[in-house]
Amino acid sequence: MKNKFLELKNISKSFGKVSALERVNFYIKGEPEIVGLIGDNGAGKSTLIKIISGIHTPDCGEIYINGKRMENWSVVKSRASGVETVYQDRALAMQQTLARNIFMGRELTSIFGFVKSKLQFAEADRLMRTIGFTSKVFASDSAVVNLSGGERQGVAIARALYFKANLMILDEPTTALSLTEAQKIFDFIRQARKGGSSCIFITHNIYHAYDVSDRCVVLDRGKIVMETDREHTTVEQLVKDMQKIAQNNGKVREGINNARS
Amino acid sequence: MAGHRIYMITSISRFIEKNRRALIALLVLSVMMIIFLIINPQVFLNPLMYKAIFKTLSMFIILASAMVFVIVSGEIDLSFGSIVGLAGWTLVLTLESGLSPYLGVLFALIVGAFIGFINGIIITRLGISSLVSTIGMSFLIRGLIYIGTKGMGTSVVYLAGTPFYNAFIGSIWGFPVNMLWALGFVVLSVLLFDYHIFGAQISCVGDNLESSLEMGINVATIKTLAFVYVGIASAIVAVQFTLTNQIFYPGSGDGLLLIVLAAVFIGGTPGWGGIGTIMGSVIGACIISVINSGIIAAGVSYLFKEFFYGLIIILALIGHKLNEKRC
Repeated sequence: MKNKFLELKNISKSFGKVSALERVNFYIKGEPEIVGLIGDNGAGKSTLIKIISGIHTPDCGEIYINGKRMENWSVVKSRASGVETVYQDRALAMQQTLARNIFMGRELTSIFGFVKSKLQFAEADRLMRTIGFTSKVFASDSAVVNLSGGERQGVAIARALYFKANLMILDEPTTALSLTEAQKIFDFIRQARKGGSSCIFITHNIYHAYDVSDRCVVLDRGKIVMETDREHTTVEQLVKDMQKIAQNNGKVREGINNARS
Repeated sequence: MAGHRIYMITSISRFIEKNRRALIALLVLSVMMIIFLIINPQVFLNPLMYKAIFKTLSMFIILASAMVFVIVSGEIDLSFGSIVGLAGWTLVLTLESGLSPYLGVLFALIVGAFIGFINGIIITRLGISSLVSTIGMSFLIRGLIYIGTKGMGTSVVYLAGTPFYNAFIGSIWGFPVNMLWALGFVVLSVLLFDYHIFGAQISCVGDNLESSLEMGINVATIKTLAFVYVGIASAIVAVQFTLTNQIFYPGSGDGLLLIVLAAVFIGGTPGWGGIGTIMGSVIGACIISVINSGIIAAGVSYLFKEFFYGLIIILALIGHKLNEKRC
């Protein structure tokens, strides 16, 4: 079996007196996989992702890439290891073309700095088709502003794919999207996995997580409370498990309120 | 055959889509020219009319082309009129000290680029708004010129007819050389804006600053370079301005500000950054020049000039807005 691509061991992070993560162990396999990261608001999803992206430094714990312990983990080191975080609209320059967005900051140029536009358009076209972008209305020289929410997400995924991301982190990509649009994103993610990229898919929506993920990880109040392979559960079971977690949460909250009163 | 026709239609529609803004500006220019031709065909079919227009048009074109870079980056430069003055003064000081006029041009270019660099540093490193800081820079430079020259102008009439004069504002086979300089500057600007990494990155910076930073674009350098480019353009214009008027006066370049900005906006470069068009700005500059000379040539009182400026600017902007909504 291959080394795990990413492994977090006993990661804790607090902001002042608030503990955001508590001794979290999390990993991404060596083979491409899609991991659904589920949790309520304040569960610690964003903190975990920001630690993986190198934005936040953990208070304690260890980070391993391909079995090698990483010291002084940072945004630069995270990028260099092939971790790309994809935000929905924030990541794109809306008035620019698909091709310009895919190659933003890493343009393909000749020695005098002239952009190899034809090559960029051809590569953008190939990438978009690879991830299953089937729209006949838009070409790689169409402006991103004309695309639907799901298609925009596709452009951001294609960008990560072109630069051979080992791990893509998609932060709530299906929020505010229709079912058809969400399905489009699931297709893009599956194609990216075929292309060799793993993916962490962050969502509130259990059905979306179950639909696309190989493995689901549930975070609750800074701890990983459940982890299950898709093939070992059903969506109904997953919903029941989540309801139990929510009930426990309710009891805890009730207890806290009682103690306060 | 049918396939060829479809390819042609697709190519034409792509061209229109890509150059929509410049084409709207061209439409405005064409309608304006037709109206002027109907009103006074004798004047508007006379080549002398265009010779007069070309005298100032080259300066508008050079400045408007350079200004596109700054506006697309999401900033504005209101100091270029004063940079024209400072670079002109630099040229005159070099001439007065007995050095070669060509060296004077070189010094003017260095001064223009340097002020652009300082503008860029203030805006990108100190985080001060370009709107405010370039107004400050404009007053500062203009004040410096007035103090240094004691408000006195300097004649350079002795340069008329010299090879130096002919190299900048003479004529080749009846075609004004200053327009060739403008043409060269436009070609360079189009190459940089549409085909070079500089144009690609400056568009992304103006479109989404946060994302550009995340994608590793050196935003501060890109924006500073845009201000340097405007500084260089201002220096070229300073040389043309001084030679055309055959005098340097402390207020040189003062009247260019609103005209050049109007040319850029009429040409279809919006004020919010991210997109722009060099060719549109060139057409915008042509519109401004034609109004400038055309109003009087058409027999309308000069008192109407500014009114027509305003009218055509507003109509052109409405045209661009309607065009956006339609797409």
